[in-house]
Amino acid sequence: MKPIAVKVDDLTVAYNYKPVLWDIDLEIPEGVLMAIVGPNGAGKSTLIKSILGILKPIAGSVSIYGKSYEDQRSLVAYVPQKGSVDWDFPTTALDVVMMGTYGSLGWIKRPKQKEKKAALEALEKVGMLSFKNRQISQLSGGQQQRIFLARALVQNASIYFMDEPFQGVDATTEIAIINILKELRKANKTVIVVHHDLQTVPEYFDWVTFLNVKKIATGPVKDIFNDDNLTKTYGINYQVSIQE
Amino acid sequence: MVSIIKSVYKNKTIETIDFLEYIQLVFTDYTLRTITLGTALLGSICGMLGSFAVLRKQSLLGDAISHAALPGIAIAFLISGAKSSDTLLIGALASGLIGTVWIKGITSKTHLKSDTALGLVLSLFFGFGMLLLTFIQKQPNANQAGLDKYLFGQAATLVERDVWLMAIVTGVSLCVLLLFWKEFKILLFDEDYAKTLGFNTKRIDMLITSFIVVAIVLGLQTVGVVLMSAMLLAPAAAARQWTNSLGKMVVIASFFGAASGIIGTGISATQNQLSTGPVIVIIASIFVLFSFIFAPSRGLLFRQLRFIKNRRDLELHKTLAFMYHIANTHEDITHPHTIKILNNFQGFTRKTLQKLVDKNYVALDGQMWSLTKEGFDTASNLYNQLNKTNE
Repeated sequence: MKPIAVKVDDLTVAYNYKPVLWDIDLEIPEGVLMAIVGPNGAGKSTLIKSILGILKPIAGSVSIYGKSYEDQRSLVAYVPQKGSVDWDFPTTALDVVMMGTYGSLGWIKRPKQKEKKAALEALEKVGMLSFKNRQISQLSGGQQQRIFLARALVQNASIYFMDEPFQGVDATTEIAIINILKELRKANKTVIVVHHDLQTVPEYFDWVTFLNVKKIATGPVKDIFNDDNLTKTYGINYQVSIQE
Repeated sequence: MVSIIKSVYKNKTIETIDFLEYIQLVFTDYTLRTITLGTALLGSICGMLGSFAVLRKQSLLGDAISHAALPGIAIAFLISGAKSSDTLLIGALASGLIGTVWIKGITSKTHLKSDTALGLVLSLFFGFGMLLLTFIQKQPNANQAGLDKYLFGQAATLVERDVWLMAIVTGVSLCVLLLFWKEFKILLFDEDYAKTLGFNTKRIDMLITSFIVVAIVLGLQTVGVVLMSAMLLAPAAAARQWTNSLGKMVVIASFFGAASGIIGTGISATQNQLSTGPVIVIIASIFVLFSFIFAPSRGLLFRQLRFIKNRRDLELHKTLAFMYHIANTHEDITHPHTIKILNNFQGFTRKTLQKLVDKNYVALDGQMWSLTKEGFDTASNLYNQLNKTNE
């Protein structure tokens, strides 16, 4: 039995009075490539953000390999949604990737040659080495997404959380990204991806969580990726359940 | 606006002698030197910190803070009864900080967006400040005159101590900037990500915001409540046009700020009737205007020029590709064809043909054209590249 990489207990998150996530229990085993699927507003991004401490839950707890997230920060990397930042910011691709080293550096210390080398390696892995000095606004959407991925790779973490990494990228980039994710899994890393394209779930992922405010189901794709769960998640009744 | 700019320019040319005299005076005259140094320092610190405000999309925060400082000045005067600038600035600092905390509180605790919060705090504090000022003016106190200089600023009142204070604040904020450079950068670019790396983003934000508040309060005496935010934003907005690196942007912004301070003081010193603060702000705006138009990569002018050039190149390439297709049907690529065939091709003109001849891609012979070897190679390269990007 593999150890549990991420464990979520009774997590409830609300903006105002309306719960966005309701009493989520989740156990994600080490080394899986997991998709989080669910309709718009199901709380997929919110789930990731609450696990990462960006949002404060009303109730519940999160543990990473049995310890609190604050103690295990260095094991976790995050790829935010591409649209969450201003790509006209005056900086280069390499510089953004270097930000992945800031966490291990801590306060005040500057990135040195070692960090730069790591960043260049990550750029090469995502096939963006020749763009290292490019101003980030001059990159295409797919290239920007790869830069974000490289930034997370630099963190050299054990668990990767990615918020819609396939959003708005072309087929070539999608394949490039999924290959990197599969490599991560091979290296026994755990990868959790907010995903929208249901068609590709069986092909890309080996683990899946159905989410719609409540957790509908979680488990291996081959066991639980079926019509029953899809209807439960996306079906017309999904709004009723929380407003009793 | 235009007329003011014109008059500034007029003054610059007509009063050349005065201006030269002024430059000599800066080195010999104590008062003028103090004021020039003061406005230069103020401009440079504002440009430096303003870059962060602009990139955080909190441009209007400066405006709200400076307006929020007004009631502090009035209350400090009412309590102390004196007009010493130190006491008044402490009052300004206190109420500026209170205003900032309110803004941050309103945006995080309610559902109001930050522009609403800024507008509310700005008008509330400014209104209250104006109320207090009129109240003070009605009081039988000989001291009260001159408080309204904080509305539009009066650089002439700068003394050596003020300049020292500015120098110290500039030095300290420069050190803090260098020390926490990486933290500031990541907060500006991706706050959520910075949180996941374990940085306390609230603390970084507080640090940078308090320096902005201090810079604003320092500038109140010189530029005044109403125009202070322009000092913060204009140099930064201008600098953004010239570079794609955060470090260079901060340096250029602080240079623009200092230059606006020096030039503005110069113009106002040679022209008795012009008050310094507004002139400085207008000079800074001229920097902005100039940068918007003439900056090499982001400026409007060069962007338009590049656009036109790209279109022309593309037209040439299309014609060349069309010729390539015709030439390709013959074994001898330099086989001549009549110009008439080209008329079927949309976008073809005599001018484009002449350009291709100039580039030595095409040879003309009467009513016949033929591709040269060079033209053929270039065209086939174009064609290959197109194929590659299509793949």
